[in-house]
Amino acid sequence: MGKRIDVKDLNVFYGDFKAVEGVTMTVEPRSVTAFIGPSGCGKSTFLRTLNRMHEVTPGGRVEGQVRLDDEDLYAPTVDPVAVRRTVGMVFQRPNPFPTMSIRDNVVAGLRLNGVRNKKLLDQKVEQSLVGANLWNEVKDRLHKPGASLSGGQQQRLCIARAIAVEPQVLLMDEPCSALDPISTLAIEDLITTLKEHFTIVIVTHNMQQAARVSDKTAFFNLEATGKPGNLIEMDDTQQIFNNPGKKATEDYISGRFG
Amino acid sequence: MERAWHDAGLGGGRSGARALKNTFATVLIWGAFLIALIPLVWIMWSVLSKGLHPILNITWWQKDQSGVGAPGFDHTVRGARHAIVGTLLVAFWTSVIAIPVAIMTAIYLVEYGAGRVARAVSFMVDILSGVPSIVAALFVYTAWVTIFHWKLIPLCSSLALVLLMVPVVTRSTEEMLKLVPNELREASYALGVPKWKTIVKVVLPTSMSGIITGSLLGFARVAGETAPLLLLASYTPYLNENSFSGIMAALPTMINNNFANMSGDQVSADRVWGAACTLILLVLVINLVGRLIARLTKVKS
Amino acid sequence: MNSIEVTAPESTKSGRRPGDLLFGGSAAAAGWTVIVAVVLIAVFLLAQALPAIAQDHVNFLTSTDWAPNDKPARFGILQMLWTTVMSSVIAVVIAVPFSVAIALFLTHYAPRWLAGTAATLIDLLAAVPSIIFGVWGFTVLAPKLVPVQDALSGTLGWIPLFGRVSSVSGGTTIFTIGIVLAIMILPIITALTREVFSQAPRSHQEAALALGATKWEMIRTAVLPFGRPGIISATMLGLGRALGETIAVMFILSSLPDGAPWSWSIFGGGTTFAAKIASDVAEFTPGVGTGSYIAAGLVLFVLTFVVNAGARIVIERRKAFSE
Repeated sequence: MGKRIDVKDLNVFYGDFKAVEGVTMTVEPRSVTAFIGPSGCGKSTFLRTLNRMHEVTPGGRVEGQVRLDDEDLYAPTVDPVAVRRTVGMVFQRPNPFPTMSIRDNVVAGLRLNGVRNKKLLDQKVEQSLVGANLWNEVKDRLHKPGASLSGGQQQRLCIARAIAVEPQVLLMDEPCSALDPISTLAIEDLITTLKEHFTIVIVTHNMQQAARVSDKTAFFNLEATGKPGNLIEMDDTQQIFNNPGKKATEDYISGRFG
Repeated sequence: MERAWHDAGLGGGRSGARALKNTFATVLIWGAFLIALIPLVWIMWSVLSKGLHPILNITWWQKDQSGVGAPGFDHTVRGARHAIVGTLLVAFWTSVIAIPVAIMTAIYLVEYGAGRVARAVSFMVDILSGVPSIVAALFVYTAWVTIFHWKLIPLCSSLALVLLMVPVVTRSTEEMLKLVPNELREASYALGVPKWKTIVKVVLPTSMSGIITGSLLGFARVAGETAPLLLLASYTPYLNENSFSGIMAALPTMINNNFANMSGDQVSADRVWGAACTLILLVLVINLVGRLIARLTKVKS
Repeated sequence: MNSIEVTAPESTKSGRRPGDLLFGGSAAAAGWTVIVAVVLIAVFLLAQALPAIAQDHVNFLTSTDWAPNDKPARFGILQMLWTTVMSSVIAVVIAVPFSVAIALFLTHYAPRWLAGTAATLIDLLAAVPSIIFGVWGFTVLAPKLVPVQDALSGTLGWIPLFGRVSSVSGGTTIFTIGIVLAIMILPIITALTREVFSQAPRSHQEAALALGATKWEMIRTAVLPFGRPGIISATMLGLGRALGETIAVMFILSSLPDGAPWSWSIFGGGTTFAAKIASDVAEFTPGVGTGSYIAAGLVLFVLTFVVNAGARIVIERRKAFSE
């Protein structure tokens, strides 16, 4: 479990407007890769092309290749629905389904995919909540509404929901930016254990978080507003933070802009 | 973590049953919309094809029904001026009373109201919007005739229609006032402008186009109402422009008057369809004008 | 240096400004007028109806005899109650599924360039005056529905609801008026439902899609559950509108002759409260005669009051829950 992602010459558009230009990168299996960069540089937009969520926005389209272990995600025969099952996503604001209980939230993805076996579902509930480090806190109230948890717990519930469908890759779009520092730390610890099973890509505007959590870091930037974002540099996290190759990277790391 | 279940993977293409359900849902939803258009098109077609002919005659607009003969024996359609003028006058007087009341009520709810009175008013506006036109008419009849023993005048219909128009215009005005950003009000207060002046000079002008649209839609709605006219107004073939005395005709009562005879007598049928055509064109034109104003002057948010 | 007040300047040296008092007072007066109007409607109707009901020699609510000008007067409203309720129920049963589907169409399926025009078209259906529905329904639609009714009562006639009624011809039945009412209330239910669907939070819709849901599954998971109170509320408001519709019913529905046998069938005639009041207006004799019609109007007022208040409570309760 945990596949490799190869991106080749990817351009991302909103209608005619080019938001991200010419990205080529490889994400190693079962690793954590962080995308960093100033606001508006296109890192979230690019992230959303990896599970074909970008095209849900009206006018959203891509040119170029995204491969998951040599399978082209954008091949004409590929169903975007299947892509999203294989590449899961956790969002910036925790969004458990409010009309569902905790248990139903966790298995929402499985139910949608036709899994009906109650024993299997119960098993998956425990497995996913354990995997998201939430089981002990909620095991006695699985039937309470998903929205009755605290912010940090809700986000872990969303992570449980995402991993319950056993994706190969887990995309996380600034998952801690709406949370308090303690919950943030809890999720960062969680990410370190999750990478044993999943390939993880995390977008963050918090550089210290990227330094703590990721194996590789990719720095995105844009020349000016209205211009497309670019991948400036991608390397081992230690390299990026201690010995960046490009000047723009160094300027961003040391806080001269962003 | 071993895989507990297996899916088709990426190369599987669209998974059968779910994709089928999705397509089926899309078809049903598109279908529902297209089916809903059928009555609209059908009604417009019926009314226009049968009613356009009588109204294209200039007599329709210039003369009333003076000299109308018994059904079956009368061979000219004659005019509808009395009914057209009547419809417009009734709606006019309704608007004159209802619009100020509605706007002030909306202002009360948005700018002043808080607490139990405002909640009661809001509740009552909802109730009033659900009161059937026949009940509103019955109320006016009860008060005017049964209790006060006064003779019915054309204005009575307008009074009943006021009860129908107020909630409609109140709600739409309320929406428009709520759209005005609070920063605008605060900027005005910060300059030392009193609250009432802020409302009159800042809030109202900003929302004016929306209020106009709401009022036009309300006007169109009451122009088409029939039940109060049946209870509170009789029909006359003669033109009457005085809303305070006598009997005033309107397009709906003209239709009603000729309806019973329309299956046997082409002239009566022409009058019915002509009046229907006039009424629907009047209502639709006002509606479209109102919506056009709304679209052209929309506040970009 | 003075700090800038950002609340409304309430007081000056001399107390409240006269302009504010006058204006605020007028606004409050307008609000009170609305309250007073509704109360007066209830009070006046009640005052005039009670003496009439008191004189009732036949049970008001459960009898089908209606002859207010006879002596002794008879005011049974059972037949009217049945027809009013049945025709409205048919209307709601037909209209709600269509409205929900169309609301989904307008918010999630229609392409951008079409959505605005489509919404306007549906709203224009609401603008058509009811008398036009009446004329069209009677002359154009009813005859076209006769074969449909014959087919239905042919195959399902063993159910009393669909039984054949020979005394009514030309398709001017409860069934037909149910369909016409459905067309008339469809735009209202659609408009309210559409508003609720458009407010379904995007993040939940995205979460469902990110889990690999198809569009329809996403709607079932994130949009419909969110919109349920709104759908219920809109349905109730549509029901209220159908109950009070007068003119279309008056024009289309054949009334039953006096003394006609009771029939459960929707292919028969009858009359509703609203239509009865409107069509008998010429017979309003002062005193007890009119009072009975006012009583019928009172029943209608109470019915629509209950339905509208209920709709509002459903929405209020949901708002409190989600805050």
